[in-house]
Amino acid sequence: MAIELKMPALSPTMEEGTLAKWLVKPGDEVKSGDILAEIETDKATMEFESIDDGVVGELLIAAGTEGVKVGTVIATLQGEGEDAAPAAAPAPAAAPVAAPKAAEVPKPVAAPAASAKPSADPQFPAGTPMVSTTVREALRDAMAEEMRADDRVFVMGEEVAEYQGAYKVTQGLLDEFGDRRVIDTPITEYGFAGIGAGAAMGGLRPIVEFMTFNFALQAIDHIINSAAKTNYMSGGQMRCPIVFRGPNGAASRVGAQHSHNFGPWYASVPGLVVIAPYDAADAKGLLKAAIRSEDPVVFLENELVYGKSFDVPQTDDFVLPIGKARIVRPGKDVTIVTYSIGVGFSLEAAQTLADEGIDAEVIDLRTLRPLDKAAVLESLKKTNRLVVAEEGFPVCSIASEIMAICMEDGFDHLDAPVLRVCNEDVPLPYAANLEKGALINAGQIADAVRKVCYR
Amino acid sequence: MAKSATPAPTRAAKTRRAPAAKPASKPVIVESDVTSAEDEATFALRSLQQAHANNKRYEANADELLKFYEQMVLIRRFEEKAGQLYGLGLIGGFCHLYIGQEAVAVGLQSALNEGHDSVITGYRDHGHMLAYGIDPKVIMAELTGRAAGISRGKGGSMHMFSTEHKFYGGHGIVGAQVPLGTGLAFAHKYRGDGGVCLAYFGDGASNQGQVYEAFNMASLWKLPIIFVIENNGYAMGTAVKRGSAETHFYRRGTAFRIPGMDVNGMDVLEVRQAAEVALEYVRAGNGPVLMELNTYRYRGHSMSDPAKYRSREEVQEMRDKHDAIELVKQDLLKAGVTEERIKEIDKKTRQIVAEAADFAESSPEPDMAELYTDVLVETY
Repeated sequence: MAIELKMPALSPTMEEGTLAKWLVKPGDEVKSGDILAEIETDKATMEFESIDDGVVGELLIAAGTEGVKVGTVIATLQGEGEDAAPAAAPAPAAAPVAAPKAAEVPKPVAAPAASAKPSADPQFPAGTPMVSTTVREALRDAMAEEMRADDRVFVMGEEVAEYQGAYKVTQGLLDEFGDRRVIDTPITEYGFAGIGAGAAMGGLRPIVEFMTFNFALQAIDHIINSAAKTNYMSGGQMRCPIVFRGPNGAASRVGAQHSHNFGPWYASVPGLVVIAPYDAADAKGLLKAAIRSEDPVVFLENELVYGKSFDVPQTDDFVLPIGKARIVRPGKDVTIVTYSIGVGFSLEAAQTLADEGIDAEVIDLRTLRPLDKAAVLESLKKTNRLVVAEEGFPVCSIASEIMAICMEDGFDHLDAPVLRVCNEDVPLPYAANLEKGALINAGQIADAVRKVCYR
Repeated sequence: MAKSATPAPTRAAKTRRAPAAKPASKPVIVESDVTSAEDEATFALRSLQQAHANNKRYEANADELLKFYEQMVLIRRFEEKAGQLYGLGLIGGFCHLYIGQEAVAVGLQSALNEGHDSVITGYRDHGHMLAYGIDPKVIMAELTGRAAGISRGKGGSMHMFSTEHKFYGGHGIVGAQVPLGTGLAFAHKYRGDGGVCLAYFGDGASNQGQVYEAFNMASLWKLPIIFVIENNGYAMGTAVKRGSAETHFYRRGTAFRIPGMDVNGMDVLEVRQAAEVALEYVRAGNGPVLMELNTYRYRGHSMSDPAKYRSREEVQEMRDKHDAIELVKQDLLKAGVTEERIKEIDKKTRQIVAEAADFAESSPEPDMAELYTDVLVETY
């Protein structure tokens, strides 16, 4: 029997990849460990090795094919003694099976499905040309533009330079800016967070990348005690203009220690600015603003949306205001307040609800500190019902804060108790079904909305 | 450094012979030509100490000696006054006095280019500020929590800064100033401004992990920084021997190829001379130096520490026989400076400190509106 070679999952978040290159052709004899192909994942170009000895049968997916889903059979291998040539007409490598850009976009497992298009940001004029950009590229572009504009700006972190970023966010920066400004650090978060903060105090504009914010716990002393408190403690004399950035929140089946949304932690600290964007335009515009800010900024990204594409306005200098929420979907019946990956789930829920005749307004907080209370209360005044959706633990969360704000300042406008949809109050489990059960989804948000609408 | 070195028999070299004596079943470490290079590197790590040992005391002229004396006396009188004001309830919270350690800050910082080279330290920071020429009035007013304080009354004893003087604090988390100082050194190198950072920390902070993270990167990137361990014998109430496996702190950089220097911190001229050696090495782009300054604090860890962990005799012995100010005084007399001149300085210093205390007591407290300022620089 021929062995089926399937498109491998080569990263925790990989759902599809590009079959960049075949390194074998039908009839080639291969041994286990031989490299069969190069596959581009969402993060890197990986080599795909044979785990069996045999002879290459058919190559079913042509080199250069994008969007090959994990698990797709990409080639066959004849075991020893078997007929190398397939019974059917062999598909020569030169004329491979046509598998162009996947006609149907594969639905991501964990990331929210693309749904209702967010409303245009009022920060740029109508008619501005848009370019489809991944969040990953938008972040990189933001850093590159600011580094071109200001020599004080530099990036440091683990694998940011030669490796091109553990999640490819800093891809290409080393080539353009050199190792003076794109600096690989040892694995030493406490140390380099402190060095970054010290460099900021000394007049530079560091961007410190944490491979994930889970590791920033090792460095949280410098983020809070050194960066956040200095300006106040010095009576405004000594500043610490630094950006701490990296992926935050649950990724995909990476277990409890790598799946934690620290947004509420940082948002509780006076002296910090905390930003958690969802789409590519916000990621770019807000990261640029963060780099220019005189204040220390914690910039929380999400690994599951790095690879998603959104329209980014093509303007010379696209900078968004910090501290301003955005209505990503206007509605009149109920408000869903959310941020980061929760925006995608909320838009998906809003779509479902629209079919049922419930017109939900979705507000992306974008900045968690300072929080745009006015935007929340304004929307509440209009809809009189509110649900908070947050990919994070429920206790002492951003959701808790929004609910408190509604109680304190919006009580008279409430027609129903505010509800929150958060992750389960447990460390994130590994098993696929348990993980799914612990994380928020669009269905739960829609359910909560129905409840506050008494439907 | 290594090229001028004569490979001396070292401890490392002896250790390497050891595997041969071990049972044959153990893997034998293959000797290679790396050995001699390692010997040289080992020597390089000791070469600054050697240079210091060869020429210990700085040859100060009378003016320099007078300046050292002035600054050291100012620190001592200032700290005594601070202790007094604390007792009167005018200074609150934590207040860590520098009495006894004056020669360290004065000796080291006199070798720096003030306003260009950066200085950073922990919470026992009054002395380092005075040694960098910062006005005693605004320091004392900060201690009493007044609007005229250097941090507008919002920092207190442990959190004072002067970016103008390139004094970067004033940090309350033990050891945090070490990576922060390494960051300041990073900024000097990034800008290519020729500046050096002097980062002070104590024997207690030397056991914090982040210190070694900073050592590693400072050495890896050859940053212009001098790590200064002020070993005053006690980490709060824990004697060095009870808290440290390696009590020769100057050796603690060797794993990161940082040369160490063991310096008598009770003699301002030895301190200054050691600073010259270290600065020459760092300014030449060789990377960091680690200096251990052996010193002693006469007072408790903070004002609320009764210091029961050491004997009165121990403290008295240091005061009587090793006092840094007394030593400079002797040097001054030897240099032909008259008793009268010295007394004049003492008198003037008492006056400066009395004025600072008056200022600190009579200045108003911060306006209540100050509560909400300086949280963030910008408005969002």
